[in-house]
Amino acid sequence: MRTRLQTWSLLVGATAVLALPMTSWAQLTQADFEPRLSMESHIGNITGHAKDAKGDYRRYCVVCHGENGDGNGESFPWVDPKPRDFQLGIFKCRSTPTGTLPTDQDLFDTIARGMDRSNMPQWSTFTKQERADLVAWVKHFSPRWVGEKPGTPITIPPEPEVTAERIKAGRDVFARVQCWKCHGVLGQANGPSASTLQDDLGRPIAAFNFTEGARPKCGDTDRDIYRIFMTGLDGTPMPSFADNIKPDEAWDLVFYLRTLMKQKSKEKQMAKQLGLKPVDPNAPAGQQ
Amino acid sequence: MSTSTRSGLSRISLSTSLPVVALVVVFLVLTASQTANALPAFARKYGLRCSACHESWPMLNYFGQKFKDNGYQLMNDRDAPIWQNPGYWPVTFRITPIWHRVSTGKVQVDTYTNGAPDGGQSIQRVTSSGFDLSGLDFHTAGTLEKNISFYLLPSSDSTGAFHFEQVFVRLDNIGGSPWLNLKLGRFELDNLLSEKRILTLTGNGGIYQTYHFIPVGDGNIFGQIGDNQLGFEYMGHSVNDRSRISAALISSSDGNVNLSTGANSYTGFFTGSQAFDTGKLGVQRIGFYAMYGEAATYYLTQGSVPLGGSGISNKGFSREGFVGQFYFGPHVDLTVVTQHGSDNPWFGQGYGNAIATDGNGGTTCTGVGCPPNNVPGSVLPVGSQSPTWNGYTFEGHYVYSPQLIFIGRYEAERMSQQANGPTSANPSASNLGNISTYTVGFRYNPFMTSRAGLAWHNEYNWLHQDGTGPTLGLGTVNLNTSELLMGLDFDF
Repeated sequence: MRTRLQTWSLLVGATAVLALPMTSWAQLTQADFEPRLSMESHIGNITGHAKDAKGDYRRYCVVCHGENGDGNGESFPWVDPKPRDFQLGIFKCRSTPTGTLPTDQDLFDTIARGMDRSNMPQWSTFTKQERADLVAWVKHFSPRWVGEKPGTPITIPPEPEVTAERIKAGRDVFARVQCWKCHGVLGQANGPSASTLQDDLGRPIAAFNFTEGARPKCGDTDRDIYRIFMTGLDGTPMPSFADNIKPDEAWDLVFYLRTLMKQKSKEKQMAKQLGLKPVDPNAPAGQQ
Repeated sequence: MSTSTRSGLSRISLSTSLPVVALVVVFLVLTASQTANALPAFARKYGLRCSACHESWPMLNYFGQKFKDNGYQLMNDRDAPIWQNPGYWPVTFRITPIWHRVSTGKVQVDTYTNGAPDGGQSIQRVTSSGFDLSGLDFHTAGTLEKNISFYLLPSSDSTGAFHFEQVFVRLDNIGGSPWLNLKLGRFELDNLLSEKRILTLTGNGGIYQTYHFIPVGDGNIFGQIGDNQLGFEYMGHSVNDRSRISAALISSSDGNVNLSTGANSYTGFFTGSQAFDTGKLGVQRIGFYAMYGEAATYYLTQGSVPLGGSGISNKGFSREGFVGQFYFGPHVDLTVVTQHGSDNPWFGQGYGNAIATDGNGGTTCTGVGCPPNNVPGSVLPVGSQSPTWNGYTFEGHYVYSPQLIFIGRYEAERMSQQANGPTSANPSASNLGNISTYTVGFRYNPFMTSRAGLAWHNEYNWLHQDGTGPTLGLGTVNLNTSELLMGLDFDF
């Protein structure tokens, strides 16, 4: 009697001790995405595997992006901007033309760079392999990656020397394509359309304020800024201006945008020396 | 225990049922706790789960270390308090109700004959068990402004007696550079394997022996790198935290407040480490630390009682070692810490702590058996020498998931030179004070949110020390102690 009681107690106890914690992986993999768990990413000579990233995703990402990658994690109600819905396969930061899928490298860079002015930190602590695995994991949420290829990255010509003329020309581009309608004539995100902006899901969204010292979401080098307005930020009201701005003009605009930013720059210094005035929304075309 | 009587059987039924009942209660508590919605300080600020920064709370992972090194900032332009809801208060409470069983192998106790002390003594094992509480930690930390961080940790023992465990302000990223961060206050030294974030809770397993080892009879309490210290720290790191360096100047007071030791006794603590990307294995880190200090051995006296704060006649001590943090894929990691320690012979003879500070304020020793004071004219006994030793800590984890971690630790402290050398009148055994200790356990978090933390904690520690047991004149006796602990470690 004694032996049986003790044995059963031990068995029940040990089973409970071992079984209870084992539930901690239970809800991870969703049946809908399982067929795509073989998704890969290719970053240089590194191949990322979606199936190897589920642990990291669960540990670091799921709280915002959700178990199903739909951006509906537990922090969704509290964070703004809202987390990306990976199921849509639409991404802001791309080197590819608007409407196309980003390259694996784009997603790889975004993970490490983070998203300034959002809750997305710089996940630069991963190894490159771990990041590549996470890229594949992000891709496995959307069927777009099965049927479509990423777009071809846009060509960015070499950056020319900044001159006063180029800065002034950039101001003309700023006026002509009406950047000021959202970003404001001083870049303060207070243009006439600023308060009406919504993302593709109908959620209010703010234009980038050049003057508060923040880094642009998709990178803060001159090439990054060039890329942002030539590819657009898909899913947001920021369109691609690839059809409206010639490559040479695009560099002029980059130089002008630098004059609006809080950070010190030679463009800002040159604009000050020039006594460059903000755009006048009411000025006739070509007469800024 | 007999099973032949009805009462004996009842006791057995009860004793065998109790674990099952306890497990059922634990299960109900754990499953019922899914709705907990209190707010840990940083997780709620940034909307991240505990697991983002913690391998298992409170032990930091690499991302958490980077967050800490950045001054509790994610560097995503949402770090200043202005971004927080006005009602946000960066506070977390932590306490752990526990059941534990402590067994000390050899305790000297009185013997009795016919109900009266017979003047004799014996050595026997003493085992205590029951329900208990840990102390309470009251963490408040965060940013006062962008790139100005703080930490305030009033902490109590299990009776509710409070002290300030940690208090500092840190100027972060000065001039926009992550290589320039300055901290002032009482803080944990920049130990990669943080004792203040240890995953274990037992009396001997809840600290790192390597961080606190003091040779038998040694009076230098100031070289304990696991204790929070009062001072000033420079720390620098690369943007991705792969490279880290720090240098701290601290008072040789073991963190005691009120200038309780001397006027000119300081200690320097230096660290450096470099991490490497090793693909699927993870990020590996290797580093070093070094502590060089001086502490007083002579306290002026008044009526033969040492005066706190009057310490002079400094003597030196040092601690050096290497640290390695190795990852073997997403589930297994191992941290190794080594230490070579050395104290001046005066410390080895018990000098250094004449005021008997205890690390949290201290009280001056006035009775019999107080530590010796190096008053003028004191001389070292013949054969005195610097006590030196080597220590090793190996701590491994199997991280089944962010919610379940298994912990195993082995520590060894080995004397390489005793204070009472071979030419001493009473030479010490070469292994006197050596420590070996094992700790195993697991922590299971039944839920993982950005709002609160709860871990079902189970742990066993066994510690063996050579030659420190009571002898009753029978020669050296080794001492074994063990502790089994189970508790619910929660924070909110």
